[in-house]
Amino acid sequence: MHGFANPARFLRIARWLMPLCMVTGIAVATGALGWGLFEAPAERLQGETVRIVYLHVPSAWLGMAGWMGIAAASFAELVWRHPLAGIAARACAVPGALFTAVCLMTGSLWGRPAWGTWWVWDGRLTSMLVLLFLYFGWMALSQASEASDVGHNKAPAIFGLVGAVNIPIIHYSVTWWNSLHQPPSITMGNSAMSGDFLVPLLLAMLGFTLIFAGVVLARMRAILADQQAEARLRRKALSEAEF
Amino acid sequence: MAIKAKHQRLVLLVIALVVLIGAALLAAWALRNQASYFYVPSEIVANPPEPDRAVRLGGMVEKGSIKTESDGVTIAFVVQDGKARVPVVFKGIVPSLFVEGSGVVAEGKMGADGTFVADNLLAKHDENYVPREMQSMTAEQAKNVVAETK
Repeated sequence: MHGFANPARFLRIARWLMPLCMVTGIAVATGALGWGLFEAPAERLQGETVRIVYLHVPSAWLGMAGWMGIAAASFAELVWRHPLAGIAARACAVPGALFTAVCLMTGSLWGRPAWGTWWVWDGRLTSMLVLLFLYFGWMALSQASEASDVGHNKAPAIFGLVGAVNIPIIHYSVTWWNSLHQPPSITMGNSAMSGDFLVPLLLAMLGFTLIFAGVVLARMRAILADQQAEARLRRKALSEAEF
Repeated sequence: MAIKAKHQRLVLLVIALVVLIGAALLAAWALRNQASYFYVPSEIVANPPEPDRAVRLGGMVEKGSIKTESDGVTIAFVVQDGKARVPVVFKGIVPSLFVEGSGVVAEGKMGADGTFVADNLLAKHDENYVPREMQSMTAEQAKNVVAETK
């Protein structure tokens, strides 16, 4: 990991890895969505509405994965003071929040025909909404600590780690508590989902994950470029002040 | 022997995380009943709610139990969880996924005669996804097909 401590080395790799992730991600996700929306069968009870699963489940996964990324980066920042860790955490926040919002919206649209309601306050839905608010809070905090100029600020990293306790709560909410949301269909080794749905769904998850990785790399490059430009401006201002 | 600063930070952080996860698990354990979205029939039967308290009852719609009453809009059915059964009456439009042998959450009150009077029904679907072509099969057959194709 510390091979990447030098941002120049990271940037060299990100330069080709980012477009690679983006292009393959968009291709895989488009193919999987096309398969899911037009080729995959309708479900026995739910009929055509089941097709929203191909957007809903990848969004739910990436909403949670985004926070796991923030937590892992926060850990690396607090323990090893890795110079890219804080940047990686900031890069994960916006796409993570976006996918969480997409998950909540598609879930609501799906809940109306499937359950007969747009929204209920059961364990799964509530903990997912809490995740969205955690993202908003984290973004506000990291923005504020960025602007505060007090040097190394640990607050966002601590928040990132503490907020991670919500991830297992989201995952187990349907097992621990009676909830309207059904238990997980995709489990290790034994899925309750027919392969007709499972294969395009896993492909969609792969495609969207690659897009997510591409966006995170692009945002990391942008933040690094921003910092470089700012440092250059500061040097320039200093050298001009000397004259 | 002096401990390296980063090792000290690692140990401190791991201890903090263990404490944090322990606290979260304790909180979740304390919430295990309060955070449930509904009661299952065996809980309702063992511990009946007061007659005027709004509660939710969730379980499986018993096979062959859905009956439409003579007024044409009131339906009666039985919710069971394998251990207990609770009769339910409901007047209104049912969600399209409300079928016998499937999950349901009924919002309403417990009547004095032991019948649950629902004023809203939510369909609860399970984690099984089965293509329409397999719908003529029994649940057991469909499950086998799913197991084979996975």
